[in-house]
Amino acid sequence: MTTSPNPTTGVGVPTSAPKTEGPRITLEHEEHGDRERAPMDMIVRTEDLDVYYGDFWAVRKVTMDVARNQITALIGPSGCGKSTVLRCFNRMNDLIPTARVEGHVTYHGQDLYAKNVDPVEVRRQVGMVFQRPNPFPKTIFENVAYGPKVSGVKYSRSDLDDLVVEALKGAALWEEVKAEYKDKSGLALSGGQQQRLCIARAIATEPEIILMDEPCSALDPIATALIEDLMQELVTKYTVIIVTHNMQQAARVSDRTAFFTANLDDRGQRFGELVEYDYTAKLFSNPADSRTEDYISGRFG
Amino acid sequence: MSTLTTTRGVDKAAALTGAPHENLLKERLFRGVLLACLVFATFFLVVLFAYIIIEGAARFDANLFLNQFSQISPETAGGQSAILGTIYLGLLVIAITVPLGTAAAVYLEEYATKGSRLSRTIDVNIQNLAAVPSVVYGLLGLGIFVRVIFGEPTLLVGGLILSLLVLPVVIVAAREAIKAVPPSLREGSLGLGATRWQTTWKMVLPNAIPGIATGVILAVSRAIGEAAPLVVIGVGLITFNPNSLDDRFTALPILIFDTAKRPQEAFQDLSAALIIVSLILLIVLNSTAIFIRNRYTRKW
Repeated sequence: MTTSPNPTTGVGVPTSAPKTEGPRITLEHEEHGDRERAPMDMIVRTEDLDVYYGDFWAVRKVTMDVARNQITALIGPSGCGKSTVLRCFNRMNDLIPTARVEGHVTYHGQDLYAKNVDPVEVRRQVGMVFQRPNPFPKTIFENVAYGPKVSGVKYSRSDLDDLVVEALKGAALWEEVKAEYKDKSGLALSGGQQQRLCIARAIATEPEIILMDEPCSALDPIATALIEDLMQELVTKYTVIIVTHNMQQAARVSDRTAFFTANLDDRGQRFGELVEYDYTAKLFSNPADSRTEDYISGRFG
Repeated sequence: MSTLTTTRGVDKAAALTGAPHENLLKERLFRGVLLACLVFATFFLVVLFAYIIIEGAARFDANLFLNQFSQISPETAGGQSAILGTIYLGLLVIAITVPLGTAAAVYLEEYATKGSRLSRTIDVNIQNLAAVPSVVYGLLGLGIFVRVIFGEPTLLVGGLILSLLVLPVVIVAAREAIKAVPPSLREGSLGLGATRWQTTWKMVLPNAIPGIATGVILAVSRAIGEAAPLVVIGVGLITFNPNSLDDRFTALPILIFDTAKRPQEAFQDLSAALIIVSLILLIVLNSTAIFIRNRYTRKW
């Protein structure tokens, strides 16, 4: 792969990608068979996002916009920083003591990393579903009611019950658990059901964005298909950003795809960077960068 | 059917059914040695139990619980004040160590920066404190609680000293219990917009309760068997029951120690009976710990 030192930062920047207007990658036009939903509204934007773990500069200069009510997939090989970037959208990186974020992540124009921003409030508006289903050792009801209960809003018993039922319906789990959702432990469910419970738990806090960090990697194909169908439902109400190892999954479910890769800098240090960001149909059929092409055609990763 | 032979010409099938190998003998010998070690270890325990029960059974009666100790009537003397004192001490130790030990463990596991110099220093010192002889805690109690603060060895002083003695054990147990709560539960909770405090209170601690409870109970059973620190602070034989934290008190180990060294046969029997009471308390506490541990087995 060809890189040349950037005169201002001294960091290698890809030259193979024909970028005419700087590093910002904004997709504001409806084309390439994109989901028909206009006008396009950018809900989250990262600008020159850098993430460090201690001295290790893990992710470099990521600039991308995320469109409202669309599914944006982050793909790339292991260690390319896609999960790290995802965790910047709800400040989950704050939980790692050595992690440090520079650059901007703006949500409705507000910088999420501004000093006066409360990460707890961010996570109420930007929900997350993790790689391995992690239901709490509580009943299904208590699992879903957890978010509303910690939000500080006082719900009446019946309101809370309605909220839980709605969330379970929203996560396509209601029919399977309606008989015993108040008694049965979340841990007694199957893996796929557990992951849908985690999705129900996330939507019960009424977020705007749902982040999914490889939500299907621990699931069998049938459970995966159910979750993928569910994503199409979810995206009518929420904005979904999904990290996946599975290129076919990204191609199947997403509207836009960001391809990240791991790179070596001048000092031999590994880092992740955004290579290409485009409509999924375009990226998979006619990628602009040769590294993207190599990855999606299975030549590496 | 042709016979399979190894490269060295030994018949494989014959080797399988041949005479018992040397290996087998070694195996049996080793097994025998291990069993002997076990028997040696338990034999003396059994003898001790048997001796105590034979000696004390005759005196293990209602008098033991209803009467106070008396020097003039050893045949009907009891140990009510000591039994009550020990029970109160146990409750005090629970009341003091549960909040203190849990809070310290929560700080170390959930809030302190892992691997920082401070937390490593604290870490090592907690381990060290757990190994400090109990007499030293008695001296500490005598110097600070008795001489400076309270003026005499009251029930509260006894409870405080025994609590300090077992606090390191409680902290270590609580830390292990908190550490055993999977990080994915914390992430899940924080990801739903719970604060760190809510996550600790609603997610981590409820799942750590069995471990903490087990640790506390084992610590209490150690505390109520201690005589040395109580002797050092000047707890003596007292034949009235403590009614408040400010009252002087006595405890089972003190009374057992006192009666055991008296020459009369009757006092020796009383001592054995008091030891039975002590053992029963310990067995009840330990069974509770085992019950809790089995009841709340890991759910993940």
